[in-house]
Amino acid sequence: MITIKNLHASVDGKEILRGINLEVKAGEIHAIMGPNGSGKSTLSSVLAGKEDYEVTEGEVIFNGKNLLEMAPDVRAKEGLFLAFQYPVEIPGVSNINFLKTALNEKRAYEGKEPIEAKNFLALVKEKQKLVELDGKLANRSVNEGFSGGEKKRNEIFQMAVLDPKLAILDETDSGLDIDALRIVANGVNSLKTKENSYIVITHYQRLLDHIIPDFVHILYNGRIVKSGTKELALELEAKGYDEIKKEFEKESV
Amino acid sequence: MIAEKTNTAQQIIDAISSTAGKVNFINDQALTDALLYLENKGIPTNKHEDYKYCNVDAILKKEFKNFSQKFKDVNLDEDLRLADTVTLVVVNGNYSEVLSDKVILKGLHINSFNQLNENGKDIITSQADVKKDAFIALNTAFSGQGFHLQVEKNTQLQIPIHIIYVSSCEGEALINPRNIIEIGQNAEATLIEHYVTAQNGKVFSNFLSEKLIHENARLISYTIQDEGDKGFSVNTNQVKLEKAAHYDNTTIILSGQLTRNNHNVVISGENSEAHLNGLFVTDNTQLVDNHTLMDHQVPHCQSNELYKGIIKGKSTGVFNGKIFVRKDAQKTNAYQSSKNILLSDDASINTKPELEIYADDVKCSHGTSTGKIDESAMFYLNARGISPDAAKIMLLNAFAGEVIDKIIPESLKELVQKKLGFK
Repeated sequence: MITIKNLHASVDGKEILRGINLEVKAGEIHAIMGPNGSGKSTLSSVLAGKEDYEVTEGEVIFNGKNLLEMAPDVRAKEGLFLAFQYPVEIPGVSNINFLKTALNEKRAYEGKEPIEAKNFLALVKEKQKLVELDGKLANRSVNEGFSGGEKKRNEIFQMAVLDPKLAILDETDSGLDIDALRIVANGVNSLKTKENSYIVITHYQRLLDHIIPDFVHILYNGRIVKSGTKELALELEAKGYDEIKKEFEKESV
Repeated sequence: MIAEKTNTAQQIIDAISSTAGKVNFINDQALTDALLYLENKGIPTNKHEDYKYCNVDAILKKEFKNFSQKFKDVNLDEDLRLADTVTLVVVNGNYSEVLSDKVILKGLHINSFNQLNENGKDIITSQADVKKDAFIALNTAFSGQGFHLQVEKNTQLQIPIHIIYVSSCEGEALINPRNIIEIGQNAEATLIEHYVTAQNGKVFSNFLSEKLIHENARLISYTIQDEGDKGFSVNTNQVKLEKAAHYDNTTIILSGQLTRNNHNVVISGENSEAHLNGLFVTDNTQLVDNHTLMDHQVPHCQSNELYKGIIKGKSTGVFNGKIFVRKDAQKTNAYQSSKNILLSDDASINTKPELEIYADDVKCSHGTSTGKIDESAMFYLNARGISPDAAKIMLLNAFAGEVIDKIIPESLKELVQKKLGFK
């Protein structure tokens, strides 16, 4: 699905990612954990193609293609989805028109006709149910006046409609109460197939009680310093990040 | 300096006087005052504070060397007519009964100025002060054959009146369209004033409208300016609200090389409210200058303004909003907002709120913002697979939508959306 090799990235001349290596195969869920400032959100932004970051070294191959050469919209059309940590409010752009445009651009890219209005409405209804999103929100402006939980559920709703190959959930659990967390996790689990993959970026272990990862990686100072299975997340939760910091402080400085 | 100023005005006076007949529906005193004002003050340059960003004198000197005043007949483009409206047509400043719909709406009276009796003519210069502004003076001195539109008291006009001002000339011409709109007590009307050109020549259109809204009356008006790259215009609206009156204007500027709008609202009766909304989309070397004045003279009134600009190419936009709250105008609520998007490095916008408040128990506020397209919104849309071009269209539509959504007649809204072409 995606292969990240020796990825280095800087923002304003400061190196944040310092050689990331990661391979995610179809059907896998990978969790990336790490303390604040370790580079978790930088990694998701770089993969989605945010302009502020400069890739200085390394490569990313997504389904056999060079991801870093693609414009952000092309990455999405190729099947990459980023669930934003802070979804953006866009006054005046209706949620539903926005989603229809996004879906139809993707379909056009795949050589398909625009979706019929009737089928689109059925799809929207079905996916709204999945994340228990109030139908009224679909007709409002994108994320405008949504609560924190509604914004995150709206991200998963969009993901469900766009049906990506690889979804990156960037701290989707932050700011969620336990009910919203369960709803988001259920949404993700029911969308999971053998063909699609997830990278779940999180600070806390609790999301991983609901979305069970196949692999867990610990990111620290711009590098993956430790990888393992879901037990690694529990170990980390028990010991805290200080242990990791002590262990890897020397070699990363 | 003075000599140079009068020069342009004098040239205009000389050029126009030979072709224009005497304006017989304006009283001699007003005519004399108008000509004197022009001779003394001339056409404003950028030294005039109100015309700082809009040097009309220089533009006229550069663009108009010889007002030949050769007008052409107009075949009205049928696409301009709007569904479910009554169409009135003004050609080169003169009301055309032939091209206008035959109006048989109860309570609506339309008379060209020369049809008015002596008493009726007095109203023509009742609102706009010829001693205050060069363009009011110029229009008064050389006014076209305008019309008086009157909605009788207690009449609720259900159908919007669509007035199309069309100009057509060879070479260079100055036209002075003029009207007076009177909405009677408890009456209600919707007015669409739509400016277009159908000519090969250059036109300087100096429009003047006096609008009088009587007690408890309501006027919803739209100004649609689409005069093309050879269109130069100064558009003055002098509006007066009596007690408990309501005035609502939405101005959309689609094209025009020079567009200078003076929108003056005098709130002279208690419990009245006025709303001015505007949207201008400019490109190339266009200059659009919106000047608004809300003159709160009495207590318990409200005013609200929202002007938005999308400025491209090397064009320039101006919004200057003056709110004047007089000593007696306690409990005034006056708000103003100007928001702009600059789409190129060579585009510029000048916004200036001017609040002059002499009463002590009022609520007034103003806000202004200018920026580029919101990058985080752009990235969010791109990250969902929407291409940058499509995303830009969505974001500009959203920005303009706040003003366009205020347009109530569906056929007008469609026309504006089609013309704007974000979509």
